[in-house]
Amino acid sequence: MQSFECDIVVVGGGPGGSMAAKYAALGGLDVILIEKRAEIGAPLRCAEGVSKKWLEEIGVEPDPAWISAEMDGAIIVSPSGHTFKLDESHAGNEVGYVLERHLFDKALTEQAGKAGAKIWMRTAATGAIIEDGKLVGVHANRMGEEIEIRAKCVVAADGFESQMARWAGLDTSLELKDLDTCIQYRMANIDVEPNYCEFVIGSAAPGGYVWIFPKGDRKANVGIGIQGTKCKLGADPKVYLDKFIENDPRLKDGTVLEIVGGGVSTCPGMEETTADNLVVVGDAARMIDPITGGGICHACRAGMYAGKVLAECAKSDDFSKDALQPYEEMWRDRMEDKLWRNWMAKEKFATLSDEVLDNLVLAIKDSDIKEVNVYNLLKVIKDKYPEIVDEFESMI
Amino acid sequence: MKVVYEKCLHCGCCVGSCKQNAIYLNDYVLEFNDSCNKCRRCIKICPVGALSLEGE
Ligand SMILES: Cc1cc2nc3c(=O)[nH]c(=O)nc-3n(C[C@H](O)[C@H](O)[C@H](O)COP(=O)(O)OP(=O)(O)OC[C@H]3O[C@@H](n4cnc5c(N)ncnc54)[C@H](O)[C@@H]3O)c2cc1C
Ligand code: SF4
Ligand code: SF4
Repeated sequence: MQSFECDIVVVGGGPGGSMAAKYAALGGLDVILIEKRAEIGAPLRCAEGVSKKWLEEIGVEPDPAWISAEMDGAIIVSPSGHTFKLDESHAGNEVGYVLERHLFDKALTEQAGKAGAKIWMRTAATGAIIEDGKLVGVHANRMGEEIEIRAKCVVAADGFESQMARWAGLDTSLELKDLDTCIQYRMANIDVEPNYCEFVIGSAAPGGYVWIFPKGDRKANVGIGIQGTKCKLGADPKVYLDKFIENDPRLKDGTVLEIVGGGVSTCPGMEETTADNLVVVGDAARMIDPITGGGICHACRAGMYAGKVLAECAKSDDFSKDALQPYEEMWRDRMEDKLWRNWMAKEKFATLSDEVLDNLVLAIKDSDIKEVNVYNLLKVIKDKYPEIVDEFESMI
Repeated sequence: MKVVYEKCLHCGCCVGSCKQNAIYLNDYVLEFNDSCNKCRRCIKICPVGALSLEGE
C-alpha cells in the first residue's frame, strides 16, 4: 500500500475544506486536500442563497462567474397565503446573491491550489489511522487504490455526512429533530419574481420551509426541507414538494432540469470541534444556521479560522486539542450566539400552528423592518407576541 | 438494507443521519456495515424513499 506524508490532510473539497487548505498552505504548511467526488461542487446539494456581507470577511472578491442572480429582497409567505415582501435595495441594503455553487466551490478550491495545497480528486477517506490512541492520518481510496495519508493534523470537512470526525472518535451524530431532509428541483420556464428569495412556512413543509431562489431567466431553485421527526410518509420531502408545485400556478408547468437531495443540521453546532490532531469545520461540525439552513458562510469562516490556527500550531509543532483551542474560540465568538438563538427559535417555530404563523406574518407585514434577517423578524415577534419568544427573549 | 438505486439521489442524507455511522456512500453505491441496528432512521428521512429493510 502506498503511503504519503504531509503536515495537514483536509478531508472534503467543499467551501470549508478549501478555505482550511488555503489558509494552512498560505501559512507555509504542506497540505493535501482529498475530495471523493469527480468534480468539485457537483452534484449540487444547495439552494445557493447567500447574503453579501461575509465575502469580504473571508477575503473573497465577488466574481460574476459564480453569481447567478442578485437579490433585492425577500418574500415570506404564510400558510394561508399572506405575503410579506421587502425590497431591501430601496433601503440601501447590500442584499444577497444566488450563487452558481459548482463554480463558486471550484473558485475556492482553485485558490487553495494556488496557495500551494495539493488537491486530490476522486480520493475518498475511508477511515482514521489511529496508533497508540493517537490520530496520525487517514485511510483513503484514490481512484480505486487503497492508500494511507499520514499527517500531523486532520481537518474533517466532509459536510453533512460527517464521517471523518466520527471515525476519529468525535461523535457528531444528530438528534432526529435537529436535522432536516431536503429535496430541490432546479426549474426553468417558471414565472417567479426574478430578484426575490421566497420562503413559504407552515404545514406546506412540516418543521422546515419551501424555498424559491431565482436563478435568472425564468429559472429558480425550488426546494423543501422537512424536520426529521416530522417525516411520516416515506419520501416526505418529495411528496410535499410535488404537492406544492402542483398547487402553484407559477410552477406547475415548469421544467425540472435537475433534482438534488441533501441533509442539513438544525442544531447549535457541536460541543467539541477539536480533538488531538483533529479539527472539524463547516457542516461536518454542524455549523448550519438552524432557522435558515444557510451554511456556506459558516463553513467558509470556520475553514479560514482553522487554516490560520493550524499555521500557528505548526510554529510549535503542537496540534493537540489544547493547541487547537484558538479555533474553537474564533468560530464560537463569531457564530455561536446566533446559532443558539436560532436553534431555540427553530425549536419553538416547529411547534406553531398554521394559524399562529399566519398571525406572525401579518405582524411582520405591519412592521417597518428594513432588512430581512432572523434577528429583525424575532424582534417584531417579541413586540407583538412576547410569549412565543419568552424562552430565549434575552437573546433578542 | 435494500436500496432502490433508480430512486437514490446519492445525496448522503442517510449517511449523515445514521447515528451508528453505519452507511458509506462510495461511487454512487451505498455500503452498510455491521453496526446497523435496524433503527429505520435512514428509511424515514430519505427524501425519495429509496431505502427499506431487506425482506420488507
Ligand atoms: C438542499 C440544501 C439547500 C441548501 N441551501 C443553502 C443555501 O441556500 N445557502 C447556504 O448558505 N447554505 C445552504 N445549504 C447548506 C450548504 O450547502 C452547506 O452549509 C455548505 O455546503 C457547507 O460546506 P462544507 O464545506 O462544510 O461541506 P460540503 O459543501 O458538503 O462539502 C463536503 C465535501 O466533502 C466531500 N466528502 C464527503 N465525504 C468524503 C470522504 N469520505 N472523503 C473525501 N471527501 C469527502 C463531499 O463530496 C463534499 O464535496 C443547503 C444545504 C442543502 C442540503
Ligand atoms: S438519503 Fe436516500 S437518496 Fe439520499 S443517498 Fe441515502 S438512499 Fe440515496
Ligand atoms: S437502520 Fe438505523 S442504524 Fe441502520 S443504517 Fe439506517 S439509520 Fe443507520
